[in-house]
This record gives sequence, C-alpha cells and structure tokens, in this order.
Amino acid sequence: MGMTMTQKILAAHTGMETVAEGQLVEARLDLVLGNDITAPVAIDEFEKIGAAAVFDRSKIALVPDHFAPNKDIKAASQCKRMREFARAMNIEHYFEVGEMGIEHALIPEKGLVLPGDAVIGADSHTCTYGAVGAFSTGVGSTDMAAGMASGTAWFKVPGAIRVTLTGEPRGWVSGKDVVLHLIGAIGVDGALYRSLEFTGAGIASLSMDERFTIANMAIEAGAKNGIFPVDDTTKAWAASVSGRSYTSYQPDDDAIYGSEVVIDMSSLEPTVAAPNLPSNTRAISEATGVRIDQSVIGSCTNGRIEDLRVAASIMRGHKVAKGVRCIVFPATQMIYLQAVREGLVEIFVEAGAAVSTPTCGPCLGGHSGVLAEGEVAVATTNRNFTGRMGHVGSKVYLASPAVAAAAAIAGELVDPSAIAAAPPRERFRQPGTNVQRRTE
Amino acid sequence: MSATTASGRVFKYGRDIDTDVIIPARYLNTAVHAELAEHCMEDLDASFASTVQPGDVIVALENFGCGSSREHAPIAIKASGVSCVIAASFARIFYRNAINIGLPILECPEAALAIESGDKVSVDFSTGIIVNDTKGSSYQAQTFPPFMQRLIDAGGLIEYTKRVLARNNAKDTER
Repeated sequence: MGMTMTQKILAAHTGMETVAEGQLVEARLDLVLGNDITAPVAIDEFEKIGAAAVFDRSKIALVPDHFAPNKDIKAASQCKRMREFARAMNIEHYFEVGEMGIEHALIPEKGLVLPGDAVIGADSHTCTYGAVGAFSTGVGSTDMAAGMASGTAWFKVPGAIRVTLTGEPRGWVSGKDVVLHLIGAIGVDGALYRSLEFTGAGIASLSMDERFTIANMAIEAGAKNGIFPVDDTTKAWAASVSGRSYTSYQPDDDAIYGSEVVIDMSSLEPTVAAPNLPSNTRAISEATGVRIDQSVIGSCTNGRIEDLRVAASIMRGHKVAKGVRCIVFPATQMIYLQAVREGLVEIFVEAGAAVSTPTCGPCLGGHSGVLAEGEVAVATTNRNFTGRMGHVGSKVYLASPAVAAAAAIAGELVDPSAIAAAPPRERFRQPGTNVQRRTE
Repeated sequence: MSATTASGRVFKYGRDIDTDVIIPARYLNTAVHAELAEHCMEDLDASFASTVQPGDVIVALENFGCGSSREHAPIAIKASGVSCVIAASFARIFYRNAINIGLPILECPEAALAIESGDKVSVDFSTGIIVNDTKGSSYQAQTFPPFMQRLIDAGGLIEYTKRVLARNNAKDTER
C-alpha cells in the first residue's frame, strides 16, 4: 500500500519500511523548538524527567518572540528562565532579542529545517515548515520536554487530504488568499488529525514565502501538518540557507488520500476571514466598507520580505487614513534590514505606519497593538478568535498584506486594486531565495 | 489519571472552543497553575472560574481546544478542579496535551450532544461509561489505543519518558 509524503518521512524517522494511517509510532526528531511562553513550562517538565543533558544541543531551538522584547516583569521572568536554561544546556540555537525573529520565519531563514526533516515545536504554527517539504507539527510543552530529553516523539500516523492547486493567482491575490479560501472550504476542523498534502501544476507559481504562508495556516483547518512537494524553487531556497544535505520525499503513486480538494488559484479574489473563525471567509467584494481601527502587517504568517514589498507597493505615496493605526512587523532582523535597504521602511514611515521590531505581540493580543472594546482590526495574522487581539469585544478580519495595506489607506476594507494596480507577481520575488543575503 | 471515576456538575459549551478563550494569551506571562485557573474560560464564560467546583465536568461539541498549542489551556482546566472534559471531538494538539499532562478527556459525540449545562454526570474512566445522573441516560465513550492507555497508566508523558530513558541507559550499561 502506497504512502503519502508525510507517511514516508515518518517511516524514515522510525526505521520502518512502511507506516500506515492510524499506527502509533515513535519518531526520531531533527529539531525541537520552543518559545518564551511554551519553553518555560517545558523546562519545568524537563527537570522532572531528571535528564542531565538535552539529547543534542544542536537540534534544539529556543526563540524569545511572543512576549519579547519583554512586555512586563512576568514576561521578563519567563524569558530569563529560557535564557538561563539555554546557557546551562549550551543550546546552540538560542536567539537573543536583536538576533531573533518570529520563530517560524527565523528557523527556515537560519537553515535549521530542510526537506525531509521531522520537527516538533511547542507552538501550533510549527506546521509552517511543511513549505520546504519537511514533516513539522505543533505540540505542547510536555511533548517538547520529552523531545528535548529523548530526541523522539510519539505520533499517530495521519491520513491525508490532497489539495491540488491549479492555475496562477492573479492581480493582488497571493498565498494568503489561497489558504483562507481552503480553510473556508473545509472548515476549522476540516483536516482534523490529517495532513494537507499540496500538489498540482499551480505550485510552480508560488514563491517560498507564499508556501510558508499556506503551510503556516494548515493548523487553522485542524491539520496535523501541511506539506509541499520539493521542487526547483525549494531546492534553490535550501541551497541559499544551508549547506547540509537533505532527502526529498515524494508521495507514492498509489498513496491513499481520504479526500481531495481542487483549487483553481486563477479564479480567486482577495479573500478575508470575518470574525470569529478563520473559516468564516468571503471575497473582499462581500466585505468592502467595514471600518477598521487598526491594520497589522506582519507575523509568522505574513511578515516576510515579499509581504512587506506588496504592502509597500500599495502604501507608496499614500497616507494611512486619519484615526487608523497601521503597525508593520518585519518577521526577522534580516527581513527588517532588507526592508530598510530596499526603502520599504521609509515608505511605511512616510505613510504614517509604525514599524516594529520582530515580535508575535499583537497577533495574540499580547502587546504592541492590543485592541480595546469595540475596535476592529484587519490583520495579516492567522487567528481571529473571540478576543484574540485584545478585548473580548474587539474584532479581527484576517487578510493578505495587500488587503491590510489597502485598508490602512482607505480606513475600511477595500479591494487593493482600488488603491493601486497590481504589478506582475514577479516584481515581489527574488527567484529561489526567500531573503537575499548581503554580499560582503 | 489518578482517580478511575469522577462525578460532577456540567458546564456545557458549543463547538470550536479555542484555546484563546480557554486561557486568554494576556495571562500567558505566567505558568503558575493556580493563576491560570483564575482566568480559565474567561472570554467565553466569565463566571466559570468563580463557580466551578472540584469534580465538575466540561462538555462541548466538536473540535474542543482548537488553535494555539498552549499547554496552559489543559493546565488551567485541570487546576480549576475539572475532573474531565467530554467532547464530540478534540483538536489534536489539545488531545495530546491533555493525555500528556493527565487531564482526563473522553470523546463521545452522543453524550456531548445530549448532556446539558447543570446536569450531574458520573464517569468511569476504566470502562469509558458516562452516566447522566440527572436524565438517567448513559453513553459509551471511545476507548484509547493501547499505546495511549500505557501513557495514561504511566501517569503521563514525563513518567513514561523517564522509564524509556532508564531502559535505554540500562541497555547502554549492559553493552
């Protein structure tokens, strides 16, 4: 019986020839990840295990990104706990404020995940790395603790939904619109316990940044992971971030998929998810005119360089609407620096947007952009649950960087083409690389 | 799971109860269990934390615990004294976390649909039988696969991992 791409990676990490849906397996891990919210709980649990050392100090990544730069004294204590653990265990990949970024943008940028890897992270958006053809899934702190001690994790081998992407997105439509459309089609538990395996001729038209955005939100459909095939775009990206060798896996021709979804990307409009579920999606034409108080551009979903280029190309020469706060969060220090060099930050500041250091702060209502009662935000983030960005009586519309930038200018949800004509998609790309490295 | 039975009054909720309402992120600057319990369910049911009694049961429809991986969510529920969560289905990370930390959970769509707020229910974890004492009805929850039952019996993932590491160390010594 054939295996899906996910099943093949899991089999390779258990030493078994084959695995099948529903089987419980113990898999070897290539990376264990945690942040300033989840790692402190994991460290408490790790200490209960009584292991003298972590399984491999080069295969653990700790990133203070959620409530960092420290938002208050309690958050500072949490960050300190993680920092001291990283020092005590001599963790190689601990990233201090100043070198850190939002974990799911930072880890790929640092080349810490490559095709074929098996990764767990104590953060639900760890599924982001499926974009590079890795098996990667979010877990809790106790799983992280056990993973740090043993280098393994238990998994129930998932079945899969095949998502076939055809056509090429048009105009301002991007990966975010594709994934919002998908979640709207299958629901917030539409892929529960299963993988979303992407395939189809349309994938060639998606940049790495767009694939990261799509894989990032697999969890919003309840999926265990979302995974893309390894193609020329992936290989060029991998070569740009790491010299480590890796294995590309492909699903078997007779792999079993429980169901299939086909999305013709050329037929999509810019899409938003209205409050209070990511599946509550509609075309921008059905949401036009919703007044907003805040526009947030950034996050692990959409804080990468192409996202910022798209936002800047819409905001160039415009001003943020009176009474609207627009906050831009480049996802990593490298992306921030590149945005400075390309003049994007200048465009944002001249437009009247605030540009922040990388942090998850506003996405989860933590800090740096919390909403008051009755306020409405459009955000390029991933969740619009009740109270997600602040007061329980505030609301969030999820959207692409293009829609969020256009809304910041208009003061209300609007089709981005009403603000600026869409240039060819290639203009936002650097073929093969997600972030252009400075040539010293 | 220490106790094999539980009994309490029901707090009933709908579908897609996310971890942001179970424990809002603004309280995640601490991992102190009692502090998390004070804000459990706050953005969905502001009176929950002040009215929940030890042994009480949360019943919900599909996809309970969706969203963030924060283990603070099952921790907050457990620390508030809730003896078990019965749902039509659970989001997968919440499911893992609950098993790993020893918060009893039961998947049973029929019970989740029929049981109402304020009902008194009794649960036998060894058999998976849920009895609605108020309405006089009973339900059979799905049983756990053997591997997960071993995790639960070991007292959660930490105890299980301790045993595995000890076994591996013993093997190394033999060599």
